[in-house]
Amino acid sequence: MAFQDYKPWLGITGSRWIGLDNFERIFQYKEATQAIVNTLIIAVSKIIVGIIVPIVMAILLSEIRNMGIKKSVQTLVYLPHFLSWVTVAGLMIDILGLDGGINHILTRIFGNDPIYFLGDPDLFRFTVVISDVWKSFGFGMIVYLATIAGINPSYYEAAEIDGATRRQQIRYVTLPSMLPMIIVISTLSLGNILDAGFDQVFNLYNPLVYSTGDIIDTYVYRSSLLNGQYGFGTAVGLFKSGISLILIVVSYRLAYKYANYKIF
Amino acid sequence: MYHKTTGYRVFSYFNYVFMILAGLACFLPLLHLLAQSLSSKAAISGNMVSFWPVGFNVDAYVKTFNNSNFNGAMLTSITRTVLGTTISMFILTCAGYALSKEFRGRNVLMWFFIFTMLFSGGLIPSYILITALGLKDTIWALVLPGAFGAYNLILLVNFFKTIPKALEEAAFIDGASFFVILSKIYLPLSLPGIATVSLFIMVGHWNSWFDGILYMSDASKYPLASFLQTVVVQSNMQNMAMSQSEVAAMSEQSIKAAQIFVSTLPIILVYPFLQRYFVKGIVLGAVKE
Repeated sequence: MAFQDYKPWLGITGSRWIGLDNFERIFQYKEATQAIVNTLIIAVSKIIVGIIVPIVMAILLSEIRNMGIKKSVQTLVYLPHFLSWVTVAGLMIDILGLDGGINHILTRIFGNDPIYFLGDPDLFRFTVVISDVWKSFGFGMIVYLATIAGINPSYYEAAEIDGATRRQQIRYVTLPSMLPMIIVISTLSLGNILDAGFDQVFNLYNPLVYSTGDIIDTYVYRSSLLNGQYGFGTAVGLFKSGISLILIVVSYRLAYKYANYKIF
Repeated sequence: MYHKTTGYRVFSYFNYVFMILAGLACFLPLLHLLAQSLSSKAAISGNMVSFWPVGFNVDAYVKTFNNSNFNGAMLTSITRTVLGTTISMFILTCAGYALSKEFRGRNVLMWFFIFTMLFSGGLIPSYILITALGLKDTIWALVLPGAFGAYNLILLVNFFKTIPKALEEAAFIDGASFFVILSKIYLPLSLPGIATVSLFIMVGHWNSWFDGILYMSDASKYPLASFLQTVVVQSNMQNMAMSQSEVAAMSEQSIKAAQIFVSTLPIILVYPFLQRYFVKGIVLGAVKE
């Protein structure tokens, strides 16, 4: 289908074969290239922030000694992961709206004009990345918390006798122990480089922010299912899948080579 | 020792405050939603509602549960969740059990399944396939495509692998069949894994909305998440089946909030059970020697 001028009433056998035309059009249509650029920017920011925040939060949380507080915080921060993006979008549209809670607080403290987080092209990517982190950082912490809990306490005792401060202990004991896990998670997330999160963007974006917020998946949806360019939409999807596949295979190889990680 | 330095104490106080704030930040939006759903219209439009209902009333909930579209969608969601989880778990445990053994061609088979996770044909081909199979507009379109998730398969295989071989051999000598071994030995012993995977599948089914919009041509067949998507995101007030006078009397926001809250409630209710298992499940699935 990706190589055809597909018409639903003609089917695969009846539609005209047009070779690579659909793929060429990906790079000719301004909207399509813009969608690819947006996808890359959003996905890469999500990956970077999504790696750093859970690590930092896991280290900070493991410094909390009161078990009751620690457990409650854990329970609360895992929760958003299980909410659907539809629910989260519903929350966000309300809270981030012009007269929503966040603007209410901001205008009261800074006295600025209300900020339209979801309608301002300059802010939309930022909003998407931050809300994604909000939703998933807790879940990302789980593996790191388990790793930290598994560190042999005698390392810390030895470091303590040698006069290491807590900061030095984290720098020279905790972080190195987490490193293999960090490497695995980071390499595996490489495969997401073309995946900016359809569920999220589709529920949050609007025509105002197409210029910065339209990603490959939403573009495919609109160009094919809404505008009837089936062959072209499929070509864009195939293009994305192909590149993702290569990236995933490479990243699994890397993870296996440097951290001896096997998926099964 | 370090606990006693002033620097660490200061850090510790800030850390406590910061962590509690982070926890609250993940929870307060939901509380805000609940407060809104229970507040009066005047309070909401006056922006007076924060985390406690103002002008308490349950009209929005009455309206929500009297809405036949909402109830129908709820029923569809329950059906797909129960049906989908049952089918998925049956296929996955059988496949996982077989694939946790060593046999010729196992790796080829495994990569064959994993390939489905790495590479997808895309939106249109899936749509055409479902239509051609005659699944469109039936509950099966929501249940079958995701029934055999490779990610869940990997989790299960890794779980089954941790069970000692000797147990199986002993059962064999006692004359147990493969099926008896699977149901009497493997399933009970890997309960955290089974629970994790089935809860993931359940939550996944409950939350997925796009397949409903894609495969159901008629909005009355939407599952709850798709219904909600049209109401909340597309702000499709027609779906709420309200007359003009009702719209004027009730706050749109409060009804939206009630609908979101009711549809999120099952997740919040299973969450405590979920949490007991998934931490273990995730860690076992991800960290291996």
